[in-house]
Amino acid sequence: MELSGSHVIPVETGSKTLKDAINEAFRDWITNVETTHYLIGSTMGPHPYPIMVKHFQSVIGNEARKQILEKEGKLPDAVIACVGGGSNAMGVFSGFIEDKDVELIGVEGGGDGIETERTGATLCKGTEGILHGSLSFVLQDDNGQISEAHSVSAGLDYPGVGPEHAHLKITGRANYVAVTNQEALRGFELLSKYEGIIPALESAHAVAYAEKYSKVIENSEKTIIINLSGRGDKDMFLVAKEMGVEV
Amino acid sequence: MKSHQRYTAEEKNVVQGYSEMFLDVKNRGEGAFIPFTVAGDPDFETSLKIVQQYVDSGADALEIGFPFSDPVADGPSVQAADIRSLNSGMTTERCFEFIDRIRKFTSIPIGILVYYNLIYKIGLEEFYRKARKSGINGILAADLPPEESNDAVYMAKKYKINQIFMVAQTTSNQRINEVVKRCSGFLYVVAVMGVTGARSDIKKSTVDLIKRVKNHTKLPLVVGFGISKPEHVSDVIKSGADGAIVASAIIDIITDKLDDMDVAKDEIGSFCRELKHSTK
Repeated sequence: MELSGSHVIPVETGSKTLKDAINEAFRDWITNVETTHYLIGSTMGPHPYPIMVKHFQSVIGNEARKQILEKEGKLPDAVIACVGGGSNAMGVFSGFIEDKDVELIGVEGGGDGIETERTGATLCKGTEGILHGSLSFVLQDDNGQISEAHSVSAGLDYPGVGPEHAHLKITGRANYVAVTNQEALRGFELLSKYEGIIPALESAHAVAYAEKYSKVIENSEKTIIINLSGRGDKDMFLVAKEMGVEV
Repeated sequence: MKSHQRYTAEEKNVVQGYSEMFLDVKNRGEGAFIPFTVAGDPDFETSLKIVQQYVDSGADALEIGFPFSDPVADGPSVQAADIRSLNSGMTTERCFEFIDRIRKFTSIPIGILVYYNLIYKIGLEEFYRKARKSGINGILAADLPPEESNDAVYMAKKYKINQIFMVAQTTSNQRINEVVKRCSGFLYVVAVMGVTGARSDIKKSTVDLIKRVKNHTKLPLVVGFGISKPEHVSDVIKSGADGAIVASAIIDIITDKLDDMDVAKDEIGSFCRELKHSTK
C-alpha cells in the first residue's frame, strides 16, 4: 500500500484488530468529512456501504459464472468462499444467488474452534447485534459489549459480518461453516503443494472446507468453485511461524 | 409486588424535567452547565462521588455515558474511560443502578449517552422501562440515525423520556427539520467536526451553526464535543446556546489523577465551578 503512495497508520486502540481499525477510520472520517471520503473493503458498515461493496465485488461472481459455463458447460454445484466481513463471498455469491440449485457456502475463521472463546466465526456463533452502523450477527457478551474475535488470518479476525450474509443465513440461501486455524493451515499447504498456488490464509479456509466437503461421499462428483480471494505472499512469515519453520 | 417496590424518584415527583430546568436557568440569565462522565469510571463508587461533586459544584443537569466496547463517536479520553469502567465490572444493569443511586442525591435532569447495541441487546421496551424507573430524563443513542429511530422515539414517548438527537455543521437544513420532529428535551449541537475530545478554541463555524439551528427549532440547544474551557462555555452561551456539555476535559482530570482520586475530586470541583460561572 505504501508503494502505491498511501500513508498507512497502524491502529493502537482496543484489540488492535480489524474492528478497531474500522473504529479509527470512522473517527478519522467524521473529523475530516469535508475533505475525505470513507472507503471500506468489505460489505459492512452503515448503508449504503454493504450494497456498494457488493456491487463492486460482483465482478467476481459474474466472471466466475461466465467462465464455469464456458469450461464445464454447466453451473457449479457449490460455491465456497471465506467470510470475514464478507466481501469476496458476497462478490462470488452474487453471481449465483438466483441459481437456486447452486449451494452457497461461507467459511468463517473458526480460530481455535467455535466451542472456544478464541474464534472469529460470527455467523456460526454470534447473535443479532448492531456494530459499525448495521444490524447483523456479532460476537458479543450478554450485555451487548462486542467481544474480541480470533483467527490466524487477519481478514477473518472480525466480530461482525456484513448484514447481507446475515440475511442469506436467516433465509437459508447460504450455509455458513467454520474451519479452525489448524485446518486452514492445511488448506494453505494443500493448495501450495498440489497447485503451486499460495493462497491467502483467508482463502485457505475456503480450500480447507472444500477438502472436507468433497470427502463426503455424495459430494464426490460435484463441481465446486472455490473463491481464492487473495495471495498468500503476505502470510508467508506467519505461516512459517505457525508451522514451526525457521525462515 | 407493589409493596416491595422502592419509591422511584419519579413517584416522589422530585425529578426536574429539561424544559423546567432550561426555563429556570434562563430566568436567572444563565446557560445550563452539563458535565458528562462515564458511569463507573474508574469504578462504581468513585464515579458516584465524581457525579456528586458535579452536582455540588453547580451542574444544572447531568450527562452520563453508558460504557461501550466500541464507542466510534468518542475520542481517546472517553474511550479510555469506557475501558476503565468496563474493566471495573460495569454492565447496563449496573448503569441503571448507578442512575438510581444518583437519584438519591439529586433531582436535576439526567441524560444518558448510549450506543444502540446496548439498547438492542436488552430489548427496546425493557431498556426504556428501566430508564424511566431509574429516573433518566433523556436518551441519546450516538449511533442511531433519525431514519432508523421510529421505534426508539415511540418508546421514548411511551415511557415519558426525551429522545435526544445530534446535529452538526454538515447537517443540512432539511435534515435539521427531520431531526427536530423526532427530538425532545434538547437538541445536541455538535460543536466540532469529529469525535469527542478537548479542543483549543471555539470556531466561528460553531457560532454560525447555533444561529442556523435556531431558525429551525424552539428546542433548547446544548453544545457539546470539544467544549473544554470556561471561555468555550461562555462563547457558546453568548452565541445563543441554552447549555454546554463538558466531557473530555473533566475526564482528563480523572485520567491524570487515577492514583489520587481525592485530589481529582477537588480539582474537578473547582473546574466545574469555573465552568458553571462562565455560563452566567
